[in-house]
Amino acid sequence: MSESPQALAARFAPGARVTVRRAAPPGHLRTPWYIRGQVGEVERLCGAFANPEELAYNRPGLPRQPLYRVRFRQREIWPDYRGPAQDTIEIEIYQHWLEPAP
Amino acid sequence: MTADSRRHAHDHDHDHHHPTRADDDDRLSHWQAMEIALRELLVAKGIITADEVRGAVEAMDARDPAQGARVVARAWTDPAYKARLLADGTAAVRELGIDMATTRLVVVENRPGLHNLVVCTLCSCYPRLLLGLPPDWYKSRAYRSRAVREPRAVLSEFGTTLPDDVEVRVHDSTADMRYLVLPERPAGTEGWSEDRLAALVSRDSMIGVTRPNACARAPADVMRVTRGLRRRC
Repeated sequence: MSESPQALAARFAPGARVTVRRAAPPGHLRTPWYIRGQVGEVERLCGAFANPEELAYNRPGLPRQPLYRVRFRQREIWPDYRGPAQDTIEIEIYQHWLEPAP
Repeated sequence: MTADSRRHAHDHDHDHHHPTRADDDDRLSHWQAMEIALRELLVAKGIITADEVRGAVEAMDARDPAQGARVVARAWTDPAYKARLLADGTAAVRELGIDMATTRLVVVENRPGLHNLVVCTLCSCYPRLLLGLPPDWYKSRAYRSRAVREPRAVLSEFGTTLPDDVEVRVHDSTADMRYLVLPERPAGTEGWSEDRLAALVSRDSMIGVTRPNACARAPADVMRVTRGLRRRC
């Protein structure tokens, strides 16, 4: 949980603009390819959770990583998206995949 | 079955072969073999018993969407419960005796101008404790890729065509949260009991590919557990 001393402090508040790192490290990842490099807005902080990229290899995954739900505009993700401009997608992303958006 | 085999009379020796449908379990995949090896080792070492494995599978199979429907019906009839459900889904379903185990529940509400749709593009994360096992299509590559790429086309194929002034919000369930769509309560259901409302709430409406309709027939799997509660519209 976020109050645990083994959890990292949350860097982003709801409403913050964030960029998903465009990275392709090896191993088990929970950040879908299509969202890397995209800019979105933090919808909420979900709490802090053991890092699944470590848990997958039977390591403790500590310190826990803050997990956010981030909202993106579909038309920004898919340039040829055919739906209206207000359509969105929300994804859970761990803090170490996020940077402040310029 | 071919036209020939339907037609022929069974008054002769069976020294010929009927066409048979190929078995789909005659060769194990790598991971199926790994699962069997691990399970047999755990049983051989006395860590678990075969009956415990069977019991766990039975319990998994026994869960069904009636749990989720109960949650939705309660939210439709009790505004204070709905507020708690949207604020903290995990705690609110615990009030109804449903334990989310290691996952957390996020309930997303459909309302005029907003329609929610749930997918897991990476695998098949699904609120099994509320909805039971996911349907095969939910796990298919086609649904997992198209639900994020062209959600309106996918919705149309499920018979849900939404006007452009309704926002479609897709939830890609990639980590520790599980998602349940709280559909809009259908018009014409004023004064209905919770049980009667729950019979309207289908699995698919809680994934977000469709919407409950007071005039629709309840799907068979919901009807089975709410037998006798459904009334004709």
